[in-house]
Amino acid sequence: MSELAAALICLFGGLTGGLVGVGGGILFVPALTVFIGLSQVEGESTSLLMIVIVALVGSYRQYGYGNVRLREALIVGALSPLGVFAGVELANHIPERVLQLSFAALALFMAVQLVHRARSVP
Amino acid sequence: MPAPDAPPAHAIWKLAAIGTLAGAFSGLFGVGGGTIIVPLLIFWFGYGERLATGTSLAAIVLIGLLGALAEGGIYGNVHVGTGLLLSLPAIAGVLLGTAIQQRIPQRAVSYLFALLLVAVALELIIK
Repeated sequence: MSELAAALICLFGGLTGGLVGVGGGILFVPALTVFIGLSQVEGESTSLLMIVIVALVGSYRQYGYGNVRLREALIVGALSPLGVFAGVELANHIPERVLQLSFAALALFMAVQLVHRARSVP
Repeated sequence: MPAPDAPPAHAIWKLAAIGTLAGAFSGLFGVGGGTIIVPLLIFWFGYGERLATGTSLAAIVLIGLLGALAEGGIYGNVHVGTGLLLSLPAIAGVLLGTAIQQRIPQRAVSYLFALLLVAVALELIIK
């Protein structure tokens, strides 16, 4: 029964990924930890495998629709490890709660900007 | 079709910044890089929603692969069988999601993304 729930959540995770261009980990991790019973570390690692598969299928389809700039994607992806190190460094100097609230504020700001922009584009 | 021209230097710096930010946020909060890649491609490069989300997914493939490599000891932590099995409904979902996305107005994608951002923000605040 909980396997069925996990499958449904993963279906929804993939759907979200395809619709808005994210990996879906935000839903895969809880599906794996809460419904399958993996530990947080196992859930996050296994979710990474699923994200790669889902993003591969999704970007292949989007490429077919003409919606992928490969060179740009390559630059963004290749620089991400640098960011991971920067993030770890940041976490060592700034309290986690401050980082969480800062990113929450940034996310809300971007949400408002997105809506504002979408409404003004004809 | 993808643009054949190489991006100019200032664009490369902006792309590098997006990649670095995406890596930092995914490392810090476990949110995928897409949360930051999609809005910044739209704000900084004027990408349409479909181009931004498609390019984001392609970047995530690389980010995920590099992340898995960086974790090194990941092998013991990945439940390959479970991951592959649950990838099946996830693949069905992403096929459905990309197909639906081609048929709805681009601005609807922005609204959906804004909802996702609000959810992420709430999750971070409640933590």
